[in-house]
Amino acid sequence: MSKKSVQRADTSYNLMYQRYILKKMYVMVSLFVLLLFACVFAIKAGSTDLNLYNIIKTLLGKGTEVSRLVILRIRLPRVVAAIIAGAGLSVAGCVMQNNLRNPLASPSTLGISNAAAFGANLAIIIFGAGSVQSSRSDAVIINNPYMVTIFALVGAMAATLIIILLTRLRGFSPESMVLAGVALSSLFSAGTMLIQYFAQDVQIAAAVFWTFGDLGRIAWNEIAIMTLLVVLAFVYFLFHRWDYNALDNGEDTTKSLGINIERIRMGGMFVASLITSVTVSFLGIIGFIGLVGPQIMRRTIGGDHRYLIPASALAGSLLLLIADTLARTIVSPVVLPVGAITSFFGAPLFLYLLIRGGRNK
Amino acid sequence: MNLSVEGLSFDYPARSVIKNIRFSISKGDFLAVLGINGAGKSTLLKCINRILKPYAGEVYINDEDCFKLKGRQLAQKIAYVAQSNLSIRIKVLDAVLLGRRPYINWDISNKDLEIAQKALEILGLQEYALRYLDELSGGEQQKVVIARALAQKTQILLLDEPTSSLDLKNQFEVAEIIKKIAEEQHIAAIVSMHDLNLAIRFANKFLLLKDGEVFAAGGIEVITPENIESVYSVRVKIEKFEGIPIVIPIRF
Repeated sequence: MSKKSVQRADTSYNLMYQRYILKKMYVMVSLFVLLLFACVFAIKAGSTDLNLYNIIKTLLGKGTEVSRLVILRIRLPRVVAAIIAGAGLSVAGCVMQNNLRNPLASPSTLGISNAAAFGANLAIIIFGAGSVQSSRSDAVIINNPYMVTIFALVGAMAATLIIILLTRLRGFSPESMVLAGVALSSLFSAGTMLIQYFAQDVQIAAAVFWTFGDLGRIAWNEIAIMTLLVVLAFVYFLFHRWDYNALDNGEDTTKSLGINIERIRMGGMFVASLITSVTVSFLGIIGFIGLVGPQIMRRTIGGDHRYLIPASALAGSLLLLIADTLARTIVSPVVLPVGAITSFFGAPLFLYLLIRGGRNK
Repeated sequence: MNLSVEGLSFDYPARSVIKNIRFSISKGDFLAVLGINGAGKSTLLKCINRILKPYAGEVYINDEDCFKLKGRQLAQKIAYVAQSNLSIRIKVLDAVLLGRRPYINWDISNKDLEIAQKALEILGLQEYALRYLDELSGGEQQKVVIARALAQKTQILLLDEPTSSLDLKNQFEVAEIIKKIAEEQHIAAIVSMHDLNLAIRFANKFLLLKDGEVFAAGGIEVITPENIESVYSVRVKIEKFEGIPIVIPIRF
């Protein structure tokens, strides 16, 4: 082959690779555009009707009193919370699935969600942070949301630390970590059950209401904390995207590439757990996003973490935003628990993808 | 380039696996590590690049103590191909690019891409670059993994039974490629193998392990019926066919 034809072969080869990468980019751009549409729709949808012009005017600070209240105080926080929490839970799930070498792993695998729920129950029932009142919108009121959040966070972080200590001191394998997570999960739900057994029905109602998962309860300052954390975690995960790819090739290969597996795994688990802890503490339990977000994208754009991590974030945001908007609008004015909606719509979607994947093979 | 392994020892809590292993090789060498299952072949390979941490011994490349290097620096000197590799859904080119991990800080450069493409070419895999790894045959996948190790641009290549799961044709192809890489890229290849005849045909140096210790080491002269019987507990005859020694088992 002449030198010229070799060069031409190289160029077309490069072009094909570029095209292959572009395709993944298209998927991500499409997800982003969909997310924008979903945002606009989510802000528009609801009992107070707002048109696009009104929304833009309000966002620019020129809206009416009512539109300002509805958009800036009620709907926008929900939308932003959905985007951030969805992205956070989904990337956390993505990294956990890789680190634990388990496609079923999700932010709740290590027992963190149940631990947070235990903390919240403790605050509501034992320390009296919740009660039932008759108000117009919700029947249940949490008197002291800060206390509940802090207790939930302490519970979640305790579960995280137990897992990390076990892994560090006893050299737990990923399989053992998952099993330890299952054990912790049931330990904390047993604790919750015991607390609830001795509680009054009013307190149980408040506690159960808390666990449902609700994007409406978050305040702007909490959104700021969550955003900062999710952004930092996202950058951390992206920084290690090659290491996660290496891990998919087996532990010996990963080590031979000069990667410190223990450090990568410990870091990944800690950061993913932190995101989950904070999200669950602020919003309650939102299941399935962390499992299904990365799994859907794995089936769409493949297992390369260079693209899988950002794509999972987008998918998580989109799924949670759609789920929350549905939760608010299906039987309006009743707001359904978003955690139930994510599973209710996410599960069939996931099943469909599994069936389609099975047929292709 | 000269690699010397000095007094390498490793043990699991219950038993000692390799004891006081010593040998040295130079660039262009194809060293076949031979011995029965459990003789310590895989352990030895894993200790050389510290996948396992030996409790004693040193590895030097040109008098530089490899165990003093950081993981990344070591991975720039020694590449490793594991015994069994996972068949994952990733493009072949991306799988090979992973070999550039010890050099990548934030993202791959054009140079990394060029090196990966060159590695694919050396293994004759250009056409497969944009295919999915899990769609290739076992032999092709093995070559992709070798290409990844090659993209690591190291002086030493460790291969743990690279031919064991392959058919006759692929065994020859892969062994041939390893020999070619060692000679043309000036790399020293350390390869654990089971097939004595394949080893004799392609390797120029031999390390016979027995119970975790070096039983014999050197050139083709160490492949004698007596040595093989001691190591494998099988009586053999060595005949020459067209000038190439062939090991024939005669009694178990």
